[in-house]
Amino acid sequence: MSATWTISAARDALRKGEVSATDLTMSCLAAMDAGDGLNAFVHKTPELALAQARAADARIKGGDAPSLCGIPLGIKDLFCIKDVPTQAASNILRGFKPQYDSTVTTKLFGAGAVCLGKLNMDEFAMGSSNESSCYGPAVNPWKVDARKLTPGGSSGGSAAAVAADLCLGATGTDTGGSIRQPAAFCGITGIKPTYGRVSRYGIIAYASSLDQAGPMTKSVRDAAIMLQAMAGHDPKDSTSADIPVPDFEAALTGDIRGKKIGIPREYRMDGLSSEIAALWDKGADMLRAAGAEVVDISLPHTKYALPTYYIIAPAEASSNLARYDGVRYGHRAALAAGDGITEMYEKTRAEGFGPETQRRIMVGTYVLSAGFYDAYYNRARRVRALIKRDFETAFAAGVDCILAPATPTPAFGLGEQGTTDPVEMYLNDVFTITLNLAGLPGISVPMGLDTQGLPLGLQLIGPAWGEADLLNHAYVLEKSAGFVAKAEKWW
Amino acid sequence: MSIDIDTARKVAKLARIRVETGDLPALAEKLSGILGLMEQLNEVDVSGVDPMTSVTPQRLKRRADVVNDGDQQSAVLANAPDAREGFFAVPKVVE
Repeated sequence: MSATWTISAARDALRKGEVSATDLTMSCLAAMDAGDGLNAFVHKTPELALAQARAADARIKGGDAPSLCGIPLGIKDLFCIKDVPTQAASNILRGFKPQYDSTVTTKLFGAGAVCLGKLNMDEFAMGSSNESSCYGPAVNPWKVDARKLTPGGSSGGSAAAVAADLCLGATGTDTGGSIRQPAAFCGITGIKPTYGRVSRYGIIAYASSLDQAGPMTKSVRDAAIMLQAMAGHDPKDSTSADIPVPDFEAALTGDIRGKKIGIPREYRMDGLSSEIAALWDKGADMLRAAGAEVVDISLPHTKYALPTYYIIAPAEASSNLARYDGVRYGHRAALAAGDGITEMYEKTRAEGFGPETQRRIMVGTYVLSAGFYDAYYNRARRVRALIKRDFETAFAAGVDCILAPATPTPAFGLGEQGTTDPVEMYLNDVFTITLNLAGLPGISVPMGLDTQGLPLGLQLIGPAWGEADLLNHAYVLEKSAGFVAKAEKWW
Repeated sequence: MSIDIDTARKVAKLARIRVETGDLPALAEKLSGILGLMEQLNEVDVSGVDPMTSVTPQRLKRRADVVNDGDQQSAVLANAPDAREGFFAVPKVVE
């Protein structure tokens, strides 16, 4: 069935006329409907999909269709699409229909991609398990016993949908690991580009200095194809970089001879599963066998990334989420007689935001409040500069790419983490969060199954604007690992 | 440093989120746990390090100071919980 195809295989079949975009889309719509047990798609757009598919078929007949023309994708619920419900998995945006499109979806649909619907996530992208969602959690298609497992978060619906072949690829966003951790948990590929590579316009903001959108796909080649369509300067996002976007797919030569791979010793930390530690060594051997030199490096401030992030991200979130006040869009609480505007704000926000979002807003409010700003927020920004400097030092010493685990453990059961202590959940991001603070690109590549049969991923980290070379390293890892397993259908 | 119930109440007020009195102790405890994580940063020597302000050194783009959009009243109000006569409507603000 064609929903199982990669983007590159579907592109070739569409161009050869072996399948029509309409048939491909129908196949995905059927898979999507049969996939309701995963709770990945939360707003379906079949009419939009079929209209886009028909347009794509006409364009393909015309002979100059871009790579994504006719490719059915899922879109994370964080991206605004005109007239399509977009609520960042939050009750505070229930009923919200954007009056404009995000730049990413404009570019994807402009390239001919087909929108199947909106994908589940953690509320406002705050979470690592997709359990902080007003829609209830998305479920990982991988299953080894009676438990339902988390697909990871925050882009959990995106990862589950791609891994379960409900769509050919999906958009994700990554503020602290929200593309790479769910990709690793579900056995797919996900890349967080350099901060500024992809426009944030029309993506509901969580922490603006960390947020970056990227593709989640079934292969490294697909990630290259999709990132190509998403990337580029946008005058509507003042932090988007006005620099040329290289041809990412052409960079996949498979030749990494003479490249230098750094292994950061600080990432070998307590709590890292022994299987993932062994896989990390195996990944280094694969890159060495492909002709790269593997060297030990030090990123001394790694252990401070988590506390730094959990000051900076909530601080930015408390400011960004101040806009949800019950006035301009979304939910407004029913008011009692005599309630004024302050009661309206307070009741609306108490009803509309889930518990984790409320906590992060309040933590952010606290660290930015008078008397604590220097002690918390400014100190965190100073440590952030040191974390960035660690990476710059490593790359300046000639390292081309850094190899690290993507997550400390494989996917865990829904309801198993963070219920009493939110910090337990935060530890999931320990290997991914450093990059967001430094603004660097990183990619999670599926490497194999652990002894219980759950997917494990490794992460490659590149220098700023080095996505092309990074994707090529990931391509080598992908070819060496030869991961082809799929979750057995139970949903 | 831990957050007491009064501080939790104050933070909730500043954040404009209503928290029932009975829920304040649990909130204070969770916030304290999160702040405990942050205390680790006190071990780092940050002397002489400037706070990071942007991930890539860049000068913000400029554009001509001209109107490039407008006449969007109906789109702006389309999602309002309460819009009347071309305005957002809110409870009485001034007595």
